[in-house]
Amino acid sequence: MLRIAAQVLFLLAVAVGFWWLANNLQTNLRASGLSISFRFLGETAGFPISEGIAYQPTSVNSYAFWVGVVNTLRVAVIGVVLATILGTLFGIARLSSNWLVRRLAALYVETVRNIPLLVQLFFWYFAVMLTALPMVESSFRLPGSVFLSRRGLYMPWPIPTATFGTWMIYVAVGLALASGVYFVRRIRLKRADRPGVPILWALPVFATVVLVGWFLAPGSPLALDVPVFERFNFEGGMWLSAPFLALVIGLSTYTGAFIAEIVRAGIQAVSVGQKEAARALGLRPSRVLRLVVLPQALPVIIPPMTSQYLNLTKNSSLAILIGYYDLLNVGTTIYNQTGHAIEMVLLIMGSYLAMSLLTSLAMNLYNRRVKLVER
Amino acid sequence: MRAGAQLPPPTERIPALRWLRENLFNSPFNAILTVLAAALIGGILFGLLRWAVMEAEWSVIPANLKLLLVGTYPADQLWRVWSVLYLVGALVGLSAGRRRGLIRRIAWAAGGAAILLALLPFPLPTRGWILGCVAAIGIGFGLGRLGGGRRWVRRIEAAVWVLSFPVSLIVLNGVGGPLPVIAGRNQWGFLLNLVGAVVGIGLSLPLGVLLALGRRSKLPAIRMVCAAYIELIRGVPLISLLFMASIMLQLLLPDSFRPDLVIRAMLTITLFSAAYMAENVRGGLQAIPKGQYEAAYAVGLNGALTTMLIILPQALRAVIPAIVGQFIALFKDTTLFGFIAILELLNISRSVLGNLEWRGRIFELYMFIGLVFWILCYSMSYVSRRIEKSLGVGER
Repeated sequence: MLRIAAQVLFLLAVAVGFWWLANNLQTNLRASGLSISFRFLGETAGFPISEGIAYQPTSVNSYAFWVGVVNTLRVAVIGVVLATILGTLFGIARLSSNWLVRRLAALYVETVRNIPLLVQLFFWYFAVMLTALPMVESSFRLPGSVFLSRRGLYMPWPIPTATFGTWMIYVAVGLALASGVYFVRRIRLKRADRPGVPILWALPVFATVVLVGWFLAPGSPLALDVPVFERFNFEGGMWLSAPFLALVIGLSTYTGAFIAEIVRAGIQAVSVGQKEAARALGLRPSRVLRLVVLPQALPVIIPPMTSQYLNLTKNSSLAILIGYYDLLNVGTTIYNQTGHAIEMVLLIMGSYLAMSLLTSLAMNLYNRRVKLVER
Repeated sequence: MRAGAQLPPPTERIPALRWLRENLFNSPFNAILTVLAAALIGGILFGLLRWAVMEAEWSVIPANLKLLLVGTYPADQLWRVWSVLYLVGALVGLSAGRRRGLIRRIAWAAGGAAILLALLPFPLPTRGWILGCVAAIGIGFGLGRLGGGRRWVRRIEAAVWVLSFPVSLIVLNGVGGPLPVIAGRNQWGFLLNLVGAVVGIGLSLPLGVLLALGRRSKLPAIRMVCAAYIELIRGVPLISLLFMASIMLQLLLPDSFRPDLVIRAMLTITLFSAAYMAENVRGGLQAIPKGQYEAAYAVGLNGALTTMLIILPQALRAVIPAIVGQFIALFKDTTLFGFIAILELLNISRSVLGNLEWRGRIFELYMFIGLVFWILCYSMSYVSRRIEKSLGVGER
């Protein structure tokens, strides 16, 4: 009885708090002549967004926001991939038997972790991108027609030609064949209860079919679009803007340092006896890693890794301070244009929450797959 | 040394050449790695040193040092900042005088750092002020030694530590009259980063404890509300909460109540940090074995007393390293205050760069800011690692 009374009282207090806020909101909105509605999302945006998927200032606000969401996802996905590679490399390097390599990894981790991310982003953007790099007319020319300047990075990019469709048929056939091979191998290996990597069989099959298709298709299905300097700027090719580069470099090196510590802790969690026993059984070092160490380290690594991925996604919101058009930046711009504070805050928070939930869902599924099956 | 104490294993003295062979050149692959790593480290260090000595113009730092560290805090009021420093120094000294171990080492390190700082070519009065910190630590240390382990001394120590928190804030912010108000928004500089992190962690600790207890409550309504709050806050970036605090708060609060931007920022960082703190504390609570609860009930303690006297002290002790880690994160996050037009260290550096005289000194400035944060964060994480180690050893 007392318990139920306590809960009712607590919920009542929470409800009164919310009611008070809602009441204030209503009074304040009435005083300033505003109202809550999402109709402004259908109005013309009217502001430019210099990067991302195709967009015109004449597009509607909701589409502008979507461009921002895609830009956030673009940074987050590339950042997560790079941070994982970097973190794994340096995490293993921190355990290297080589003293100097160990020191180098420790230097990286300890330097990057103890300086605020925003300071690092400002360093990459304002100091490196906008001060140290040359103007666009005198860009650094890297091998392979890649140009680096204050405007960012221009590089060649493959674009489909007329025969691209024909080639895609071969790609599809290759994919079908390869997945067939993959599953047959997997079932066979499982039946024989032997370790093995079915993807090692599937990949060559896919590559062969795709390559044969490339030569059989009339002409080349993909053409390289090379950036060329016109009067004021580069034309063609792929453009990665300076804020984008600074953000990707800053986020992936920062998160990479945290991931390195997680990978190190995960590998150290596997007892030395396991490694020694595997070696004593005559397994090669690569197999010791793949069959003995990794299956035991991954369950330790995955949960903290998930929160690092989430951190990277959330930290990508610092983009607004170096002028990259992520969802927060576009969202605040829409707010500045329309004055709809409540709606935009709800939209922005909702988007981040959705991304967080989806990421942790996916990682939880993967975690279930790698969890140790105790027999 | 106590009888029966374990001696560390004997260290083997290895000749340098053998060490090189075993650690750096024990296989061809390792030899290649060694050469590559040496080239990389050498290249970075050489490049950095050459730049720092030959090209960098460090005059930008001393010329703007006061602006960066304490913003536009009036020069005739700077004694307030120093007296807060002295207060903290004396308290650290007091605690160091009363017990051995980590706190004593922290006091030595702080005193040593102050002496080293005083050796730098500051103007003479500044050096005097810095050396005052050493004196404050020393006086506190002496008092602590005199007080010893007496019970009332311990009570006073705890009370003064707790009281120092509001007193420092009042002295720094001012109340008018002989202590004119000095607005944190645009006049504090790096001081605001420090105070923001301390306030954030100090206020979010009790809130986080409550949230963690709520999340483990047996009452589903309380549990669900707490869990929803924690997950909601942890799912969104701090900067979006700051955005909300700067534009949405005035819509949610009555007309008569318009808190200052700095108060709003502190409130935001507290509410943000509380969600993470709750998860840390929950980790500590989960580590308490069930026997502790059962034993407490067996001696006749009720639920509230069990939590207050038995569970929380153990749980909080176990999560001290995590709390330090969060303090570091919070300290780094205070650089985001710039987003809502608060002049903290990073934001002030931008106004320095806007000055024609210092245009282009961007590398020097960012190196300096990075170094300041690095030194503080690294030493805190070092302390946290030491605490973790001593907690593991001192398991009762």
